Amino acid sequence: MSFLIRRLGFYLIAAFVAITLNFFIPRMMVGDPVTLMFARFQGRLDPHALASLKAAFGFVEGPILQQFATYLQNLAQGNLGTSVSQFPVSVAQVMGVGLGWTLRLAGTATIVSFLAGTLLGIVAAWRRGRFADNYILPLLSLLGAFPYFFVAMLALYIFAFQFGWFPVLHAYDLNIAEDWTSSAFLISVFQHSILPALTLIFTAMGGWMLGMRNNMIGILSQDFIVMAQAKGLRDRRVMLTYAARNAILPSLTGFAISLGFVVGGILLVEIVFSYPGVGYLLLSAVNARDYPLMQGIFLLTTFTVLLANLFVDLLYVLLDPRAR
Amino acid sequence: MDQSKVTPGQPTTAMPARRASRPRLLSWQAPDWVRSLFRNRKATIGIIILVFFVFVALFANQLSPTKNAARIVAKGNMAPNAQYVLGTSKQGQDIFAQVVHGAQVSMTVGFLAGTVITIIGIVIGVTSGYVGGWADEVLSLITNVVLILPGLPLIIVVAGWMDRPGPLTVVLVLGLTSWAYGARVLRSQTLALRNSEFVAAARVVGEPTWRIVIFEILPNMTSLVVSGYIGAVLYAILTEAGLEFIGLGDANAVSWGTTLYWAQNNGALLTGSWWTFMPPGLCIALVGFSLTLINYGVDEITNPRLRSDEGKA
Repeated sequence: MSFLIRRLGFYLIAAFVAITLNFFIPRMMVGDPVTLMFARFQGRLDPHALASLKAAFGFVEGPILQQFATYLQNLAQGNLGTSVSQFPVSVAQVMGVGLGWTLRLAGTATIVSFLAGTLLGIVAAWRRGRFADNYILPLLSLLGAFPYFFVAMLALYIFAFQFGWFPVLHAYDLNIAEDWTSSAFLISVFQHSILPALTLIFTAMGGWMLGMRNNMIGILSQDFIVMAQAKGLRDRRVMLTYAARNAILPSLTGFAISLGFVVGGILLVEIVFSYPGVGYLLLSAVNARDYPLMQGIFLLTTFTVLLANLFVDLLYVLLDPRAR
Repeated sequence: MDQSKVTPGQPTTAMPARRASRPRLLSWQAPDWVRSLFRNRKATIGIIILVFFVFVALFANQLSPTKNAARIVAKGNMAPNAQYVLGTSKQGQDIFAQVVHGAQVSMTVGFLAGTVITIIGIVIGVTSGYVGGWADEVLSLITNVVLILPGLPLIIVVAGWMDRPGPLTVVLVLGLTSWAYGARVLRSQTLALRNSEFVAAARVVGEPTWRIVIFEILPNMTSLVVSGYIGAVLYAILTEAGLEFIGLGDANAVSWGTTLYWAQNNGALLTGSWWTFMPPGLCIALVGFSLTLINYGVDEITNPRLRSDEGKA
C-alpha cells in the first residue's frame, strides 16, 4: 500500500511540474507571443471573454505569484481557455473529441503491441536460436529503427494510394454521419483505423519483444526454473507461470517509462494519417498559433501518461507480491 | 522493455565492476570493449553504415554536383534520370543534393544533442549516485519527473512558442528534455560502484572525490555511457527529423526532415513521386538501424548471455 501512496505522491508532483512549465514557458519566450495573441483577439472578442481567456493564462495585473495563483485557480475550475482556431468552442471541448479518437486508436494499438511483443519475446527466449529468435526479432528490430512517421508514410503510400485497400485520411468517411449506433459508421471507423493501428503496432513491437526476451533469458538461468523442470512440470507451465511471470515485471516498468515516448510516436502517426486525434489537433494548434489549445494538449497528454503509469503500478502490485 | 528507437540511452546490464586496465605508456592499444565491438557482427555492420553516412555528411560538397541544395536547378517533379539521379522536387530542387547535404544537419544535430544529453545525464546521474543523501533525493525526483513528462509534446509546444526554431535551438531543447533516462541508468550503476572495494580503497588512500569519480567510477561505466550516447543520438536524429517533418523546424534549412516535409506538403504520396520521400526517409531509417545495431552489439558484449549465435559474436 505504501508503494502506491508513494507513487501517487510522485505523480502529483509530476503533474504540478507540468502545470508550472505550462505557466512559465510562454513567459520565457522572446517576442512576447501571448501579448501578440491577445492583440489579435482584440475587437473579435467581447471584453468579458477576453478577460476570462487572460485569466486562464494567468495574464492578470500584479506580481508573478499572483498571476500563478490566478492561473492555478482557473485550472482547478477546468478553465483552459477558449480555442482560438475553433472559436468560440472551449479548449476542453475541442480536446475531448480528439482524446476520444486517440485513446481508441492508440490505446488499443499500444496494448496489442505490448502484449504481442511480450508473447513473442517469451517464445524467442524459450526457443533460443529458432524461428522467432532468428527471423522475427531482427525483422521487427529493423522496422523499429524506422521513424514512426516514415513507416506511416510508406504504409499510406503503398496500401492506401497504390493499392487503394484503405482510406487515405480521417477517422471515418465524412459522407457518413457520426453516429456510434449505425453499423455503416462503425465499419468506416474500423476501416480507417486499420492502417494507423498496424503502423503503431508493428513499429513498437520489436522493442517490447527484445526487452522481454532479454528479461526471460536472465530469469531462465535461475535455480527455481531448473527446480521447476526437475519437478517434471510441463514446459508451458514453467515458461508462463514460472519464467514469464517474473520476467514481465521489468518489462512493465519499461512500458510505463516509455509511455511518454510512445505518445510522441502516436502524435506523428496521427499527423501522417490526418487522424483527428490529439496529435493532429496539437499540430493544427501550433500552425494556427492557437496557444490555449496547444497548452491544453500538453497538459492533457501529460495527465494521460501519468494516469497510465498509475494503472501500470496497480498492475505491478497485482503481479508482484513484494510490492504489496 | 522500452522502445529502443525512441529512448535516449538503453538499459544495459552493466559490466561487472573492475578496474580499468592500466594505461600503457609505450604502445597504445584499443580498450577491450572497442576490440570486442569489432568482433561483434551486429556492431560491425552498424559501424560501417554509420561511418558511411558520416562520410557522406563530411564530403557532401564533393559528392553532389549541385552545391546549393536549396536552389531550384531544373524542371519540377522529374523522375530519377541520368543528370539528377534521384530526380527533382516539385519546386525543381535536386533531391540527391538535398539528401547528401541533409545528412549534415541530421548528423550534426544528432551527435551534438546526443553529447549534450549524455553530459547532463552523466553529471546528474553520477552526482546523484555518488553524493547520496538529500542531494540524491532531490536529483532523483527531478530525474523521474523529467522522465515521465512526455518529451515530444513538450518539444512541440516549445517549438510552437518559438516559431520555427533553428537546428541549434533544437539541440538545446532536446538536450534539456531528454537526459533523464541516461541519468537514471548511470545513477544506479554509480550506487553499485560506490560501495565496491576498489572505490573504498581509493578513499582510504585519500584520493579526492573528483579523482575517484573521474578515474575510478567513470572508466567502469564506459559501456553504459557509450550505449546511452548511442541511444541519445538515435533519439535526437529521429526527433529532429520528426519535428521538421511536421513543419516545426526551419523549413528553409536543407535536412532530411524538411525534404520529407516538402514532399508531404506537395502531395508526393498522391502524385506518386516516390523519389522525393523514399531517399531521405530511408537514410533516416538506415542511420537509425545502424545505431540500433551498434547498441545491440554493446548489449551483447556487456551481457554475453543475450547472444543468439553463441560463440560467434
